[in-house]
This record gives sequence, C-alpha cells and structure tokens, in this order.
Amino acid sequence: MADATYTRPFSERYSHWILLSPALLILFVAAFGPLFIVLIYSFLTAGDYGGVVWSFSTDAWFNVFAERDMFDDTLGFADAHLAIFWRSFRLAAVTTVVALIFGFPTAYFIATRPPKQRNLWMLLIMVPFWTNLLIRTFAIMELIRNEGVVNSLLMAMGVINEPIQMLYTDFAIMIGMLYVYLPLMVLPIYASLERFDFALVEAAYDLYANRLRVLWRVILPVTKPGIIAGSILVMIPALGAYVTPRVLGGGKRMMLGNLIELQFGQGRNWPLGAALAIVLLIIVTASMIYYVRAAGKEGAGHG
Amino acid sequence: MADRGFDVQKQRGFTTIALACFVLLYTPIVLLVMYSFNVGTSIAIWEGFSWRWYVSAWENEQVKVAALRSLYLAVVASFVATSAAVLAALATTRRPAYRGQTVVFAIINQPLMVPEIVTAVALLIFFALIKSFTGYTGGAFLFVAHSAFCIPFAYMPIRARLQGMDLTLEQAAADLYGTPLRVFRKVTLPLLWPGILAGAMLAFVISLDDVVITEFVKAAGQDTLPTYMLGQLRRSVTPEVNAISTVLLAISVTMVVIYFILSQRKN
Repeated sequence: MADATYTRPFSERYSHWILLSPALLILFVAAFGPLFIVLIYSFLTAGDYGGVVWSFSTDAWFNVFAERDMFDDTLGFADAHLAIFWRSFRLAAVTTVVALIFGFPTAYFIATRPPKQRNLWMLLIMVPFWTNLLIRTFAIMELIRNEGVVNSLLMAMGVINEPIQMLYTDFAIMIGMLYVYLPLMVLPIYASLERFDFALVEAAYDLYANRLRVLWRVILPVTKPGIIAGSILVMIPALGAYVTPRVLGGGKRMMLGNLIELQFGQGRNWPLGAALAIVLLIIVTASMIYYVRAAGKEGAGHG
Repeated sequence: MADRGFDVQKQRGFTTIALACFVLLYTPIVLLVMYSFNVGTSIAIWEGFSWRWYVSAWENEQVKVAALRSLYLAVVASFVATSAAVLAALATTRRPAYRGQTVVFAIINQPLMVPEIVTAVALLIFFALIKSFTGYTGGAFLFVAHSAFCIPFAYMPIRARLQGMDLTLEQAAADLYGTPLRVFRKVTLPLLWPGILAGAMLAFVISLDDVVITEFVKAAGQDTLPTYMLGQLRRSVTPEVNAISTVLLAISVTMVVIYFILSQRKN
C-alpha cells in the first residue's frame, strides 16, 4: 500500500529468486544436476575401456544383483556384490549399535554437567569431528598396525608373542567408522537430554523405581527421538563410507562405496557403477525420509 | 532426598563410559601428533624429539605444491560458497513464505544428505562429458565442485544468525528512509558478520579436508594435500605423513574453535 513512504529492506526488494540464483546455479552444476546424468548412464552400455557407448541397455541394473554364468549361461545371484552389500549393512549396523552404547552415556554425562560446562564438553566431542576424516582414519591405522602402539604394548607386556592382525579386517573398518562417526550419535542424544526435566527422574525415585527402571521407563522413552536421529546420522555415512574401508580394509575388504569406485577404475563398467551409486542413493534417501517422518511424528506428539 | 545419599541424575557406569569415550577420542590423535616429532621412523617406539619429519615434508616438492593447491582451493571455494550462502540465507529468512521454499531448502542441504561417493561419481561422469566436448582439463572443475559442497556448511551458521537477529532494527532503519542497500550495509551486515565469518571458517575447513570428491574430480597432477596423503598411505608410511597431518589438524582445530566461539556469541 504505502510503498512510497515505506522502503522495504534490500533483501525484500529483489525477488528471492535473484538472491537464490548463485547458490542454486552452483549446486545445480556441481551437486544435484549431475545425479540425473548418473541415472542416464546406468541405462547405457559399458565401453570397452571405460566410459560408455550411447545405446540403451538394462545390463547394468541386471548386474547389480544377478550374473550370468560364464560357461553354461545360467542365471545366478551376483554373489560378490551381495557379499559386499551384506558387509556394508552389517558393518554399518554394528557401528551404529556400538556408537549408541558409547554415545548415550557420553551424551548423558554431558547433559548432567552444570550448564556452563556443557558447551565445553560438547566442543571436545565436536572438535575431532570437524578435523580431517582421512587423518582420523590414518590415526586409527597407526594405532592398530602390526607395528603400531596397541600391538607393541601388548607384546611388551608379554600378553602376546606375535602381533594380532587387526589392520585390513572388518574389525578395523568398524573401529574406524565408530571413531569417525561417534560425534554424530552424541549430538542429537545430547540435544534431547538437554531439554529433559530431571525432576521426572526424582519423581520416579520417590515412587520407588530403581536406577535401571528409571533409565528404561523414564529416560529412554523421552530421548527416543534423539536415539533414532543419532542412529540414522551414523548409519547413513557408514553405509556410504569410502575412505575408511579403503584405508583400513586394504582393498580386499570392500564396502559399497569401494565397489562403486572399482567400476570406474579397474572394473571399467561405468553403467554398473552408476547403477550401484543410484542404489546407494535410494537406500540413504529412504532412511532419511523415515527419519524425517519419525522426527516429525515425535515433534507433533510433544506440541 | 539426602537420606538416599545419591545424585538422582547419576546412572551407574555412565561417567566411566563417557570419560573412556573422551580418552579414546583423543588418544589416536595425540599419538599421531606425538610420533610426528619422533627421531626414528617408528610410529610405536619413541626415540627422541626432532623436527626432521617437518623439515623433510617442507623440502618435499610434491607436498609443497599440493599444500599450496589445497590452500588456494579452500580460499576461493569458501569465498564463493559464503557469498552465495549469504544471498541464499537472506532469501530464505527475510522473505515471506513462497512456493517451492521446501524444495530450495532441500537443494541447498543436498550435499549433506547425498553420500559423498555418489556425488563424486556423478561429478566424474559429468566432468568427463564436458572434457570430451570442450577438451578443457584445467583446475576449474575442482573449484566448482568444492564451492558447491561448501555451500550448505556456510549457509547453516549464516541462516541461524539471521533468524536470531532482531528485525526491528532493520525496520527502524527502513522507516528512517534508509535506502535498501544502505540498510543492508549499515544494519544487517554488521550484525550478520559473526555468522558470515563462522560460515566461511566452516566452508574453509570442509574444502581443505575433502578427499573423496577431490580424488574423483582431479586430473593427473592436481593432487591436494589430502589426496596426496591418500596416495601415500598405500605405500609404507613414514612419520612425514604424521607431520603433514599435524599441520592440517592444527589449521582445522583453530578454525573450528574460532567458529565455535563466533556461533556461541549472542547479538
């Protein structure tokens, strides 16, 4: 109405689309736009020396789960792929559970500190998280190598005579992912515990509940959204992990991320790599939608 | 209460697990830093203090080139990403709700949700396509890729700051006939500054540390410090890698602590 007297702030004068355009353009070119090309490539024919031949084919999608026997042409499951899928799921799940076992008490510990200290403890959790993932993985590698600190200590103490082979095993990958993603578990659980009213705990004790019962019946239900959020935040990057299995799994112990990379390297099967990438994307997106729904439901319940 | 003689908040064993957690979180990093100063080549037996691995890293031409490329890349990418993020944050907080807002939000945060390996593969394919059409194989691909995945990290603190800011100041300035650009420069920008700095710090660290996307996008001879290290890890490692790691760690930790202080400070 009174546009002549009231000058709207700069940001309101120009259409939001103009303000958004630089970010959206960069993201379109180098983040979500190329995902569509991946989808297209998954339906093309593999070139002999990498790359693709531009003719339609569903071979890649077929090869994700199944393979034709080299000799008698019968169909079978792609055992190698399924084994890697299975390892990815198993390792991601174990990592998530162990992260919860360590992360919950840690978040609880921080949430029960005096308010002024809490931020400092959270900073201690977050600082390693924001440092280089490769370096943290490398730190674990040095620790568990045959000539690393753990084995040297155990040998010096006379517990073992020969180094235990920990590096290049599934265990190493799990430890690495646990180490790298643990802060993602602590963060949301802490957020839900921070808002928790500990008078409820006191009330439960007054009603003769014991510690375990208080934990199980009072604290856990209230922090469920945080636990779900933390579990998914750990599970998703663990499923898509690439650096950790590459460094700690030593090439043989592959996860989905490494299988995808292989198709663009030695495997020379770009369409298969593209199809596998889409499969990973679908798994992750489905988990994310589940998470948002679960979080939304909880939020509505409290509102 | 007092007769029970215990803290109601306390759960048995939780403190022990929590403290163990902190120790386990820092032990590997502390050891990594410690052995970067080792005289010998061992990463388990301490043989005395020396700077020799820092000197050898400094004198390693490959490391120097990779370090400079990393820094250059991080500076440019964080600048581009932060500028784009400021504008985007203004559009998502200082405008009435509009159609497509949820989609815009999802697009901005997309690099956080899609696994890095998927984005890396997508960029490899897309850039290979561009290379085959144009013949261009220079460093621009890395700059564009880094700018893109830095945007959400720069966007988050800036948006949080804008949302926490009191609108009345901007309105008052506008009521006093401040031109829109002047209101932005004299009122919004100074208040937003800590958010912008925090966003830029985060973007810088994210760019500096990236391995996966860089590994797939880089052409031969375009190694950054992390991809150089990844290549080294395949061979037998000397504490020289520890020395490089320590320097990178020091930079990240400094940036993150500054970011933390900036984002904690209230208006």
